[in-house]
Amino acid sequence: MSTAVQQTPPAAPETKGGTAASPLRGRLEEAFLPPIVAILAAMVVGDLLILSFGQSPGAVYRLLLEGTWGNAYGFGQVLYKTTTLTFTGLAVALALRAGLFNIGAEGQLAAGGFLAAVVGLVLPAGTPGLLAIPLCIVAAAVGGGAVGAVPGALKARFGAHEVIVTIMLNFIALALLNWIVAAHLHVPETLHTPDIHAGAVPRLGGAFTGSAANWIILLAVATAAAVWFYLFRTRRGYELRAVGLQPDAAEYAGVRVGGVWMRAMAVSGALAGLGGLNFVLGYKHYYEDGFAGGSGFLGIAVALVGRNDPVGVVFAALFFATLSQGGLAINAVVPKQMVEVLQGVVILAVAIAVPEVRRLLRTRARRA
Amino acid sequence: MIVLIFLLQTIRIAIPYLFAASGGVVAERAGVVSLTLEGFMLSGAFCATLGSHYSGSAWVGLLCGAAGGLLMGLLHAVASIRYKADQIVVGIAINLLVVGITRFFLHLAFDSSSNSPRVPGFGGENAGSGIAALASNPLVWLGLVLVPVMGWLIYRTPFGLRVRAVGEHPLAAESVGVPVARVRYLAVTLSGVLASLGGAYLALDQHQFTDQMTAGRGYVALAAVIFGRWDPIRAGIACLFFAAAETLQIQLQGLEAIPSQFVSMIPYLLTIIALAGIVGRSVPPAALGKAED
Repeated sequence: MSTAVQQTPPAAPETKGGTAASPLRGRLEEAFLPPIVAILAAMVVGDLLILSFGQSPGAVYRLLLEGTWGNAYGFGQVLYKTTTLTFTGLAVALALRAGLFNIGAEGQLAAGGFLAAVVGLVLPAGTPGLLAIPLCIVAAAVGGGAVGAVPGALKARFGAHEVIVTIMLNFIALALLNWIVAAHLHVPETLHTPDIHAGAVPRLGGAFTGSAANWIILLAVATAAAVWFYLFRTRRGYELRAVGLQPDAAEYAGVRVGGVWMRAMAVSGALAGLGGLNFVLGYKHYYEDGFAGGSGFLGIAVALVGRNDPVGVVFAALFFATLSQGGLAINAVVPKQMVEVLQGVVILAVAIAVPEVRRLLRTRARRA
Repeated sequence: MIVLIFLLQTIRIAIPYLFAASGGVVAERAGVVSLTLEGFMLSGAFCATLGSHYSGSAWVGLLCGAAGGLLMGLLHAVASIRYKADQIVVGIAINLLVVGITRFFLHLAFDSSSNSPRVPGFGGENAGSGIAALASNPLVWLGLVLVPVMGWLIYRTPFGLRVRAVGEHPLAAESVGVPVARVRYLAVTLSGVLASLGGAYLALDQHQFTDQMTAGRGYVALAAVIFGRWDPIRAGIACLFFAAAETLQIQLQGLEAIPSQFVSMIPYLLTIIALAGIVGRSVPPAALGKAED
């Protein structure tokens, strides 16, 4: 391990700030200040962009809220996007807890969706959902997990930096899937597979009818709970966090660091892979080239804003889903690309604010 | 004749890689992660298009492209050096940001969601893509000369020595009086300018900006940096090699001998192999990615 490539210290998940008198206050400030700073920064930039288009910021923001949280269809779309982002956010967060940066969620998401679709295509029509859906879930986890395991193994075995490997694997996985679909599996004139025969998950009914929201959202919430339990209530989760905080110390304490890295990346990939179910089983019922559409990369933002905490990730996913659906709501007045800028601003501001807030809190603690 | 066509096309494809990889080498040798090459290139392409469109001169476009890269480079530098933000996160944020900004201002400036109108480039309107067009494009010459110049800059100048020192052992560099932060600022900003010239070349060569026109070229350039083991000359050779593979794929397209998807994988596969140390180990600068404390 000593020859391993020096790795970037990830945003340390545990709090270091806070005064002895009020550790809770310090922890809360450390958790909530960066997202608040980020949202304020995004609003300032948003105002400027809206004004540059000759519109009134207040009206545009109202439009954004009405189109997302103001009606059942819009909110259904938000929930649909939240589902995918919860999976990719959990994937990035879990890896970060182990001190690893998984930038490959995009490719893992696509691979998971693809394998789920293949299983759905192979199963005969009429296979009961009780059998088909779990099989598809396993397939998605295996697909994403396989792509995630590669950088984990390469890091553990050769010390190859997981950031570069995951980036490169994104391109490789997406090109491979593109080739398989384009050369062997597509419906003529399209870039998607035929409809799956089994495993489709019903959409949410009632007021949400018409939106893409479906019952995979329950799986997302359950998965977030499972990740929380794994990280904070199991021995393996404890080892994973120990490796993330201080790999050398963990190794000294008898943890096999390489094994933890491999496991963390495989689980991370599997989590991202599960996200593919939302599109394949819940929405379109086929695999389509490019369906991931940046949700994997946005997972990094979700994990960052959610501070690598499963509960935080769910709320951060809701926030980013609202932004991206909100883009469609304002598109008639201001180009929807505005929200892409805002997403970038939020990530950048959180990245800057996290170490800055920690430093401020530490200085204050020292003075106290 | 075929050899000549092959060579010309390889150079044409390699130029943006050469610019971006040169930028990547400088920044990474100074210890700052260069995931931003893609964003730098895209901002260079967009600003060059704006400049060329409004002034009618490709040279002004070139300057604007460089200015765009300079701005993004400064943003990267301030976030990761002044505020010690995680360089990987900053890189991803800037790449997303630039995609959003260029799309937004594409709407604002040209009222389009896909491309700009035709803008002046180097060479005449009907220069085509032959040897004359290539030779009349100053960016081609600049890109080719850049490789040895970067080798000289990194290994033969005091600045290069300082860059390598702050990338390998910032504390040691600081103890002998090297202003670590300032060297890194310079290196990152320079990388922004260089990579943006690669983007400007793309836009001026195609006479327009199209949405996400860099299409992952920044990551190919990063792959070249790593495959070239952070050495400017080797990185340049890697760029030419990747470009040759692409050219081969374009030439073979009619034959359908190898699916294009597999050719596009070559840079990425080779990078992973190089990182895993299967053919010669690729070891990054020791302080890469670490904020100086």
